[in-house]
Formats: sequence, structure tokens, C-alpha cells
Amino acid sequence: MSLKKNILALREKKAIVQKGGGDEAIEKQVAMGKLTARDRILAILDKNSFHEYDLFVVHEERNFGMDKKVLAGDGVITGTGTVYGAPICIYAQDFTVMGGSLGLKHARKITKIMDLALKLQVPCIGINDSGGARIQEGIGALAGYGEIFYRNTMASGVIPQISVILGPCAGGAVYSPALTDFVFVVENISKMFITGPNVIESVLGEKISQEDLGGARVHAEITGNAHFYASSEQECFEQIKQLIRFIPWNNTQKAKSFEPKPPKVKKNIENIIPSDPKQPYDVREVISVLVDDSEFLEIHELFAQNIVVGFGRMNGETVGFVANQPMYLAGVLDCDSSDKAARFIRYCDAFNIPIVTLEDMPGYLPGVDQEHAGVIRHGAKVLYAYSEATVPKITVILRKAYGGGYIAMNSRHLGADFVFSWPSAEIAVMGPEGAANIIFKKEIMEAEDQDAMRQLKVQEYIDKFANPYVAASKGYIDGVIEPSETRSILLHALAISNKKIDDRPTKKHGIPPF
Amino acid sequence: MTKETKNELVDFAITARKYKTLLTRKYKSRKFWENPNPMEIYSFIPGTIVDIFVKEGSFIEEGEPLLILEAMKMRNRIDMPFSAKIKKMNVIQGQKIPKDYLLVELEK
Repeated sequence: MSLKKNILALREKKAIVQKGGGDEAIEKQVAMGKLTARDRILAILDKNSFHEYDLFVVHEERNFGMDKKVLAGDGVITGTGTVYGAPICIYAQDFTVMGGSLGLKHARKITKIMDLALKLQVPCIGINDSGGARIQEGIGALAGYGEIFYRNTMASGVIPQISVILGPCAGGAVYSPALTDFVFVVENISKMFITGPNVIESVLGEKISQEDLGGARVHAEITGNAHFYASSEQECFEQIKQLIRFIPWNNTQKAKSFEPKPPKVKKNIENIIPSDPKQPYDVREVISVLVDDSEFLEIHELFAQNIVVGFGRMNGETVGFVANQPMYLAGVLDCDSSDKAARFIRYCDAFNIPIVTLEDMPGYLPGVDQEHAGVIRHGAKVLYAYSEATVPKITVILRKAYGGGYIAMNSRHLGADFVFSWPSAEIAVMGPEGAANIIFKKEIMEAEDQDAMRQLKVQEYIDKFANPYVAASKGYIDGVIEPSETRSILLHALAISNKKIDDRPTKKHGIPPF
Repeated sequence: MTKETKNELVDFAITARKYKTLLTRKYKSRKFWENPNPMEIYSFIPGTIVDIFVKEGSFIEEGEPLLILEAMKMRNRIDMPFSAKIKKMNVIQGQKIPKDYLLVELEK
């Protein structure tokens, strides 16, 4: 007897499930400017690499007429594949199947692929497009969410976890992305909130649109919940693929090496930074003349723009960059930029990515709003993250390094392996004007021409202290370097610290200032 | 990606020095601190005024209830913080109010 009949039956079964919620629902999905769950997976993964599992899983709910409902794949597609050859576990919620609502079996498909990712030690990508908990399943749906969150936490720092928000992601559902490493959002498509506009209006009387409450832009710029912002799903998929090329598959490996390349941008690094410490510049230009092929993948581009973080390569190896951005808010540290930097530093440390810090900052942002928002606690995260990190840590002081900011930005005192400084740098307890006003208060007060005396004393302070040589004389910085040497010195420092060992006291875990 | 439009360099003071820099949207929309005026009572949570116990012009002892602000299914009783006269009631029964809404003004 031939197997032909069984094979045909299988094909038929598969075809039905692969239709998801059916033609009408798919049409609706497309009309919203969205791809289907399956097309999204195919767009992210290498061609012909997707293998799907658990196609025939069905829910077991018997209440509220659910016994008569057949839900294709229980509303989620799971499987494995590759991105630029890197093995990937992936799942995508299917909005065409009962609004992508999450029931217990739906969740169990997700936890199964997450467990597999952890066992295989490969990155896991989750595509979220779901109306939320499947109310009919009640506690079963809640159990499902909880089981996902638990696995997100277990996998955190072991395998890269990527969340892609391509539709609504509301209520409990938001916490899985929040627990993962990188969250991608797309303009007009992504919506994330704990309670939606309807509830907010009925309970509190506040009227707000979904977009203004928890749209892509809000999370990319204001809350910082999203790390990558794209204007289309296709652009978003390209960002994901680019990210995968920069990060290792798991925490026991290094990111893939590429052919070393010189920077594509040939600008003279000395001309990028104005010598007047009060004038701004875009620190990304500095990064572009330092990294291989001038390729830099910025993370949190729109959030806390006063600090820049992201990945580039040097010697063909992935490096994490943390750079103060004088172009925004003079490059100060504040609550948001501290959170942004600390999180990125911890990511790099967890995944064996060396950190290069480019420093040019006037200190912490003054203000009641900052103090009351807990800038002490947030700022402390940066100290914690740098101190805790055992990957190679290299700092280049480009211009200003004042006070608490000097300490925070990967100073020698926090365990930096190498600290270099440009000759134009000002390393001091505070800006010269402020310092002179305090130290020479008496002289200035008593002078006949106070302004002239102040100017004199400021200049005196600049000459004596606002330079890199005081710090260099104490060995706090390893070298005062010419700007044009920066890349070659970084290349050497990175290469020589490749096998760095830096032990930490045994502990279950620290208590970072969350 | 998104280009900043009409965002111009401003003087930004950190301690005694002013830096030329751009401001972020979030920074521009931050709330400015104001010293609280003890004679003004604001809502601490958005909700609905379900009951009012006092009238304008009357003198109320410290600890006496002023009104009930229902929010998140909880009836929150707002009490008189100290003995004073009710200068103005800015809400009526059934009114839905946002957070930090001026409810009652007092005078000694």
C-alpha cells in the first residue's frame, strides 16, 4: 500500500492551518498595512530556512462556545531558521486567528520554542501581534503569560532575546518584551500599553489616542521601552538582521568576526570636535571615523539622545560604544541617559562584547525634576554597570570630564583597563568657571574689578587643572594621545585585552540600583 | 530616520558654564517645580467626585471630611489638612477630574 493517501491528507491539513484565520481575516490584516505572521517570519529568516513546529496544536478550552472553535495553530507560529547563517528560534503571533489572543496552548507553544532556544543556545525572536489574553480561557491565559515571563527571565543574559511589536501588545503581554534585550517597533503599527485608551477614559476620564498613549514613537523617544524604531515592517526586519550580525549566539561565545576594514569616512578626526568646550558636535561622527567600514548600529537612537550607545566593529570584532553626545543637552548624564547607558553596558558584559567609552560631558543634569525622578538611583546604575563589567573596558576622554561624570564614565577608579585622553581634555572636579568661583571666592569678592579678577582666576584654574596632565601625573589615565592616533591605539588596546580575565567575588547576584 | 526639525542650538547652563546644545522633546516638555501652596488642595489621582460635605464660606476643623474622590473603585476621603475657611470649591458632585486638579481653595 502506498503512503500517497496519507501524504495528501497531511498536505491538506497543513494547508488549512497555514491559512491562519482564513482569507477574510488576512485581507483585514493586510488592509491595516500589516504583513501576516508567516510572511513576517519568512521576511526575517534566510530564504528556505524556516522550519515550523507544533502546527497541529489545538486549545482545550470547553467553555463559552470555545469547544466549537478551531483555531489554526492556536494563533501562533513557532519554528527555527537562520539569519545570515545564525541559528534562530522564532515565534509570531497570528492576529488573524482570534486576534492573536493568548490562550494556554498558544503560550505553551511559545514556551516550548523558548525552552528549545535556551537548550540550543541560540537567539530567540518573538513577534508580538495580539489583542491580549484570551478571556474565555481565564486563568489559563494568565498562567501562559507567567510561564513566558519566567522563561524570559531564565534566558536573560544567556541567549539574545528580541521582541518585535507588530500590532497591539497590551496588558500583561507587554511584560515579555519588557524582559527581553531588544524591542523593535514600527510607526503606526506598534501599540504597547498596560491599560488602553478605553479603560483610561472610562476609569479616569482622560482621553488619548492609542498612538499618543503607546505608539511606536512614544516608546522609542519618551519611555525608552523600544530600542529600534522603523517606519515600515521591512525596515524593521533589516534592523533585526543587522543586529543579529553584531551579537553572539549566546553568552559563551563571541560575536562573529568579520574581515577588518578601515573606516569608510575619511574625515580628519581633529576637525570634528570644536576646541571651545562650550560648542557642540555630533559624537556619532567621531564613531564613524573610528569603526570598521564606518558601520555603526545605534541602539535607542531617539531615546535620551544625550548619550549614544550602539555596536560597531574594530579589527572585525564587535565593540559596544558608549559616548556622551554634546549635541543634545550638552551630553549630560540624567535619569534616562543613565538607564540607557547602564543597560547597554550590562548587555555588552553579558555577551562578551568589549566596551569603548568616548567621554565628553559636563556632569549630571541639574533640576528639581531630575532629583525627584531619582537621578541618584539612576545615575548609580552607570557606576554599577561599569564596575561590574568584566569585558575589556577602554575610555577615551575627548574633551570634558568633570566631577561625578568623570568617575561614572568608565574611569580608572571603576576598573577601566585603559584610559586615554586627548591633549585638549579637561579632567577636573568641575568646570573652570564654577571651580574658580568657589576656590577664589574671596579674591574675586575683594577685587576692585570682580569680572576681571574672575576671568584671571578662571584662566589660572584652566592652566593648572583643566587639562589631562594632572590625572596623567597620578596614573589615572594611561596616555595622552594625539586624536589621529585614536583608532590605532584602540585597535591595539582591544586586541591585547582579548583574553582578559577579571574575577569577581562569588555571589548569587548583586543588588543593582533598579 | 526621523530628522529633527526646527530644533535650534540654545544656551544650556550646567553649573557656571553655558553650553550650546539642542534640547530633547522630553526635556522641553518637563514639568517645572512650584512650591506647593498649603491653601490649595489638589487631586492626587484622577477620578470622580462622588460626595461633597462642605460649603463655600464655612469654617471646617482639621480632620473633618471635605469630599470623596472615587478612583480605581476606591472611595478616597479627602480631609481638611488644618482648620480653615473654605474659600472656593472648584468641583461639583459627579464631576470627573484629572490628577493634580485644584479641588478646594482655603483661607485662614
